[in-house]
Amino acid sequence: MALVELRNVSKIYRLGGEEIRALDNVSLDIEEGEFISIIGPSGSGKSTLMHILGCLDTPTSGTVCLDGIMIQDASQRELAAIRNRKIGFVFQFFNLLPKLNVLQNVELPMIYSGVSGGERRKRALAALEAVDMVNRARHRPSQLSGGQQQRVAIARALVNNPRILFADEPTGNLDSHTGEAILSLFRKLNEEGRTIVLVTHDPEIAAVTPRRIEIRDGRIASKIDLTLAGLARGSVPASPASPVS
Amino acid sequence: MSSQPKDILIHSSAQFGPTLIAGLREIWAHKFRSLLTMLGIILGVSSLVAMSALVKGMEKGAKEALIAVGGLDKVRVEPQELPVEQRHLQDQAVGITMNDVTVIQNGAPLITKVSPEMRVPVTASANGKTFRTFMCMGVWPVALEMMEHEIEHGRMFNEIDDEMARSVCVIGTATRNELWGSPEEVGKEIIPVGETIYLNGVPFTIIGMFKHYESEQERKTRELQAKQAANSPTNQLAQTGPQRNRGHSHGRGGWAFWIKNATIYMPLNTAYMKFRSGVSLTGFGPRSQPSSTPSGATGDPRLSSLELRIRNFDLLPEALQQVRNLLMSTHKGIEDFTFRTQEEWAEAINTFIRNARLSGSLIAGISLLVGGIGIMNIMLASISERVREIGIRKSVGASNGDIFFQILVESTVIAMLGGFLGLGTSFGLVKLISTISPTDNAPIVTATAMLIAFGFSVCVGILAGLLPALKASRLNPIQALRYE
Repeated sequence: MALVELRNVSKIYRLGGEEIRALDNVSLDIEEGEFISIIGPSGSGKSTLMHILGCLDTPTSGTVCLDGIMIQDASQRELAAIRNRKIGFVFQFFNLLPKLNVLQNVELPMIYSGVSGGERRKRALAALEAVDMVNRARHRPSQLSGGQQQRVAIARALVNNPRILFADEPTGNLDSHTGEAILSLFRKLNEEGRTIVLVTHDPEIAAVTPRRIEIRDGRIASKIDLTLAGLARGSVPASPASPVS
Repeated sequence: MSSQPKDILIHSSAQFGPTLIAGLREIWAHKFRSLLTMLGIILGVSSLVAMSALVKGMEKGAKEALIAVGGLDKVRVEPQELPVEQRHLQDQAVGITMNDVTVIQNGAPLITKVSPEMRVPVTASANGKTFRTFMCMGVWPVALEMMEHEIEHGRMFNEIDDEMARSVCVIGTATRNELWGSPEEVGKEIIPVGETIYLNGVPFTIIGMFKHYESEQERKTRELQAKQAANSPTNQLAQTGPQRNRGHSHGRGGWAFWIKNATIYMPLNTAYMKFRSGVSLTGFGPRSQPSSTPSGATGDPRLSSLELRIRNFDLLPEALQQVRNLLMSTHKGIEDFTFRTQEEWAEAINTFIRNARLSGSLIAGISLLVGGIGIMNIMLASISERVREIGIRKSVGASNGDIFFQILVESTVIAMLGGFLGLGTSFGLVKLISTISPTDNAPIVTATAMLIAFGFSVCVGILAGLLPALKASRLNPIQALRYE
């Protein structure tokens, strides 16, 4: 079973009397340990897809299965718990809380999963270590550069050891050099076994991922799969770095 | 669905500690705004505490006054006009007499003491001054105990004085003040025991003087003045005697004390012999009056009232019934008497205090309500400022409940801080009120009032936080994240 299974997912918004199909009958599998990018121009529906994958939203029709949990039936409370334990988000604008320092920002997800104070601190420092930001633990986000802020955001996304990481235009607000560094950080994380979904409008950035899915008008327009499994076009899933437990 | 691993979905809520810290941080980040928000609560809480302190002070003063005139276990029998259906028997009515006293003493086991009073309105003169008092009366020595009097100088007249109808009397300090001057006027306390006083021209020897009665507040003021006077070397006069306040200008409680101080007691027999028997003993002297008795030369044995003490206050109705039965027989069924209990006054005091408390609570309640609206307003504004933060929190796994709780904690903390500050302010407010309008009764700040006021502020904080918290918790995380 794939980590994420989308089956005939549609999302329909009603704007006035008009019906907008943001997603139209999309089916998609994401395997454990994959590094996949979702490409598409703005308004293509890629954000909607990410929101549904990321349990921020539920589909109008179709089924979403994440790590064996059916998302489309989940309550708000359950979705929050799934976001907390199974999903990490990295955003274009970093989305750190300005009033908290770096350490407190990274501790935030653990506050909602009931981790005790000492453990929180330990794990937050470990996550900051992983993104090489430990020496800035006491700084405010406003005292950091964009790249540094994004590293902190990645640490926060990883701190609860999620099954899947979603990055929404993670380099969109960074210069190309810093963006490159962030992308290589993602690559490194993927090599360590993280499942990462990169959402971008930029084909160049998408090029770093072996598998790319292009969304246009709410449908999957094209798929590029450079993984071994994809190349073999076999039904056997690629062997992930860390096997499904 | 049934195969879903549900254990992951059991969501443990955010811990209280970090949420509280986040709330305090948020309040601290907007210090001035938070203070302004708290102002309503501060005013509400302090006015609630101050109001309750004022009422409590009044209550205490009133209770002291009540004790000064005798406790609740005292009943007064007074003459009254006949009921309409008995008007034609007017000339048969005997009034309250010594006969009644004997009957009650022998026949009413629920009555422990009977004290007859024969009131003689007099003009007292001595030391070249005169003083009219309606508190001059002939009584038995038992009246001392009955009316909660205490002799400070000299002695009370005894049964022998009464038996022999001696011309002796015991006076209160107000009478002394009127005739000889108060200690603060003359600079020393005059004790006129042994002096002669003319009551309606009849010479009496003063054999005793009561102690000075005053409310606790009056005493404190007086002691403070005396202390200040003692400290200042220029005012030597005040050292010689305690400062005393006659209490004319004071409230109901003060008036009760003044009345008590203006008392003149003489033996009952003396009062009857000298003023009621019809034998004119007053036919000499410059202030002679033909007769002070309404029935002229025939003598008037009627008493002005009886004071009764009841064995047990709980048996008040039964005791009254006993006395009524006895008096109905001695009065031949003519109801020319009535009972006065302190209950009526106590009831009046209670009503007054209840009203004061109610109106005070209303004002304090309204200001707390306004404070609550202020908090709600600020919380709503704060939420629209923090939409993005709420979105971020939700994206990392905060449930609606977590957000709801966070906002609620914030508004409650604001209200609680306001409550604390309000408690602090209330002391200042109480002080201010007692300086602006010095009353008889010092306000008493009670722990109960503070607790209630604080409890109310917490409730207001919770109520004010509900709507903003609900609004915040229902924010759509996607829209909240996009919010600029």
